[in-house]
Amino acid sequence: MAEVLERVTKIIVDRLGVDEAQVSLEASFKDDLGADSLDVVELVMELEDEFNMEISDDDAEKIATVGDAVNYINGKM
Amino acid sequence: MKLEGKVALVTGASRGIGREIALELAREGANVAVNYAGSEAKASEVAEEIRAMGREAILVQADVSQSVSVDAMIKQTTEAFGRIDILVNNAGITKDNLLMRMKEADWDDVININLKGVFLCTKAVTRQMMKQRSGRIINISSIVGVSGNAGQANYVAAKSGVIGLTKTTAKELATRGITVNAVAPGFITTDMTDKLTEEQKSEMLKQIPLARLGEPTDIAKTVLFLASEDSRYMTGQTLHIDGGMVM
Repeated sequence: MAEVLERVTKIIVDRLGVDEAQVSLEASFKDDLGADSLDVVELVMELEDEFNMEISDDDAEKIATVGDAVNYINGKM
Repeated sequence: MKLEGKVALVTGASRGIGREIALELAREGANVAVNYAGSEAKASEVAEEIRAMGREAILVQADVSQSVSVDAMIKQTTEAFGRIDILVNNAGITKDNLLMRMKEADWDDVININLKGVFLCTKAVTRQMMKQRSGRIINISSIVGVSGNAGQANYVAAKSGVIGLTKTTAKELATRGITVNAVAPGFITTDMTDKLTEEQKSEMLKQIPLARLGEPTDIAKTVLFLASEDSRYMTGQTLHIDGGMVM
């Protein structure tokens, strides 16, 4: 769990240029981390590469917060 | 050369305008994935011509109206070349008839290949281009998509749809360094226009201020411009390459 969060956090910090401290499990990509819709699509793509998994469009649409992403990845691993 | 080291995927590249586009991009340095649906022998000839220029070429069979087929084509291309810089959505068919006589299947076939095909190929290539933070998507529409044309309700609806799709995709992808433009050819001499009757042709000639039919190379040169750095400040536009038919 901790390791997944760490890797997800790194991607978010790199991609969105936010401070690591802002990346909490509750943080919403759009509302708290300043991402637009396309940023979220790109984040999902990077998570797919990082964790070597496919995230379907339907599942991707449900990922709104950092916690959603971490839980989804943990559930698939 | 304007496209040294670039990778281009051209759909419907075995014949006509698509063939000429594939060759023109290769002449300017691009390695090319030559897509075809059924004409493998003709597509191989195009690939051979490209290799003779000292560029790399691969053949990719795909029905652009099927997402499974399109996804496999994009995968094959990125595996072969490592990237895709230029996508030319050129594949298209006609099944002309008066609206009153047009069969539902003829409507569906033309919309699926000429419009849905552009959507599927664009969607599939976007992932790669977004990662690269650069890309050029060039959609081949038609001047009748702007003007309308009796006997081509399905084709015109699809080609008009391509212009709207071009504008929307351009807006969505602009921040990622990807430009999306369309070319609207007029009356170009290809297998597709050879099917028209002499009477239809002479009627069309009357409407062309430059008083001649276009050639595939006229379109290919425009696509080269849109694929190159020279067009970097334009996106979402449709260029009419029609001898002045529609202004």
